[in-house]
Amino acid sequence: MISLEAVERVFQVGEQQVHALADLDLEVGAGEYVSIMGPSGSGKSTLLNIVGLLDRPTSGSYRLDGRDVTSLRDEEQARVRREKVGFVFQFFHLVPRLTALGNVELPMLLAGIDAPERRRRAHELLTAYGLSERMHHRPDQLSGGQRQRVAIARATVMRPLVLLADEPTGNLDRAAGHDVVEILEKLRDQGATLIVVTHDPDLGKRAHRRIRMVDGRIASDQAVNP
Amino acid sequence: MGFRTRTLLMVVAMAIGVGAVIVLTALGEGARRYVVAEFSSLGTHLIIVFPGRTETGGNLPGMLVGRTPRDLTIADAMALLRSRYVLRVAPLNIGSAQLSRGQRSREVPVLGTTDEFAAIRNMSLSQGRFLPAGDPAAPQSVCVIGDKLRAELFGPEPALGQWVRVGDRRFRVVGVFAQQGQALGFNTDELVVLPIGSVQQLFNQQSLLRILIEARNRDALEPARDDVRRILIARHEGEEDVTVVTQDAVLATFDRILRTLTVAVGGIAAISLAVAGILIMNVMLISVSQRTREIGLLKAIGASGAQIRGLFFAEAIMLSVIGALIGYVLGELGVAAIGRIYPAFPAAAPVWAITAGIGTAVATGIVFSLMPARRASRLDPVMALARR
Repeated sequence: MISLEAVERVFQVGEQQVHALADLDLEVGAGEYVSIMGPSGSGKSTLLNIVGLLDRPTSGSYRLDGRDVTSLRDEEQARVRREKVGFVFQFFHLVPRLTALGNVELPMLLAGIDAPERRRRAHELLTAYGLSERMHHRPDQLSGGQRQRVAIARATVMRPLVLLADEPTGNLDRAAGHDVVEILEKLRDQGATLIVVTHDPDLGKRAHRRIRMVDGRIASDQAVNP
Repeated sequence: MGFRTRTLLMVVAMAIGVGAVIVLTALGEGARRYVVAEFSSLGTHLIIVFPGRTETGGNLPGMLVGRTPRDLTIADAMALLRSRYVLRVAPLNIGSAQLSRGQRSREVPVLGTTDEFAAIRNMSLSQGRFLPAGDPAAPQSVCVIGDKLRAELFGPEPALGQWVRVGDRRFRVVGVFAQQGQALGFNTDELVVLPIGSVQQLFNQQSLLRILIEARNRDALEPARDDVRRILIARHEGEEDVTVVTQDAVLATFDRILRTLTVAVGGIAAISLAVAGILIMNVMLISVSQRTREIGLLKAIGASGAQIRGLFFAEAIMLSVIGALIGYVLGELGVAAIGRIYPAFPAAAPVWAITAGIGTAVATGIVFSLMPARRASRLDPVMALARR
């Protein structure tokens, strides 16, 4: 599903060049449950951004679902991002002016899906995540856990092949965090490839494949049989 | 700066710009119309025809230049009524004769014309009426005398209906001019006006000194002038031996000045629109920077650069149009208020100004949103999302 080869990501910070990722190779098969852990600055988020097509490698190649997506044009990249990838962020990143329903409809709006279909799918998803009471509330009227669930609904409404989560429980209390992880794992059970970047060792341990990064390289890559 | 504040600012900027254009151009146009109307009421749709052609050498019209000019005749004058731009004509002749009644007599200037002359020149009478209508070529034994002449000849007794003698013929007084009246530049107090037919008889002269023509209105002046020339040349066997002058050079200058003024004023108001455009650009840049996270998010969930650009673009256009329309309404309300306070001042925004104002507003909105929209579309999603 995901195939990174000799990927480098170099940032220009003032006079210096920072190698966020250095000569990285990674293969992730469809349906895998991967966690990526490591100290700050190890490049985990950068890796996730590249996989999620939010960022381009400085060199190297990236194949997603059999297709070379390394140097796609802006429009194409946006389309693949929309169709194949679902991103869940630590700080939720919901549009404050829209209701929960509106936020979940957003990717469908961008894809040009018509209004009744949008409404139906968003409704369905939010109900499945236990938010039927809160559909017409705005993010500032929702708790952290509820917001993250809305974010997950948004990330999955286009039925992506790959689900990427960057510190999904970082801003939540234990109970809410637990609910979120359950939802993510259930989605993976339904066939999505799940990659979670986290600081939380408990969360990291739940994955079947644990990758550890240090200084832009993969330090260890362990598969654990559940 | 909140979303509502930003939106309101942009709308207000546009509204003020468009409103200013409308009110200011209405004032300019009102001034123009006022001046033209005032001048028009003085009878400035005037065309004067002289026999003879002025050469550029500056000869006086009426002087022989190479060939004998044909006479202007009463028939010529009446033929001019054929033009649909001509409202009235009055043939004119002037001479001097002896005016007498009983023992009293004196030399007076005598003006020969028709009934339309009083209307063309807005002359006012203190008693009676002007010359009667009728066949212009036929002599009639009626006259109108100036106030001073009335006093001299009749003293305290009534003058109307009485007979006086001009030259060797008798005329009945049918009207008396108001004091200090004006006709062709000289005082009517000592003037006697006779029907032109009688004057021709008196002085044994068929040719006219002038023909006075009143055009239908301001805009008919030029076409009337062209028609008059055409008709007279045709009647004079193709010879252009007349001079046709419109007596409104001053008015033309005023009109031109005030139209230019209105355009200039409109231009100044348009500058305020440009300022509004710059304001919009700044507000949109702020908007882009405040919505950075939102833009990053939209990109993260698959919005393309073009879609982001389109989003900001559409917002700017919509706000410009709304602002322009509000400005239009406010502008027209302002003009109506001016009309209420100064009813005599015909303020009205000309259509070209309204169209230009609204058009410039929308165009400004489009142009000044291009840069911020582009900046928004170029944001790097990772960095955009990382912002607090």
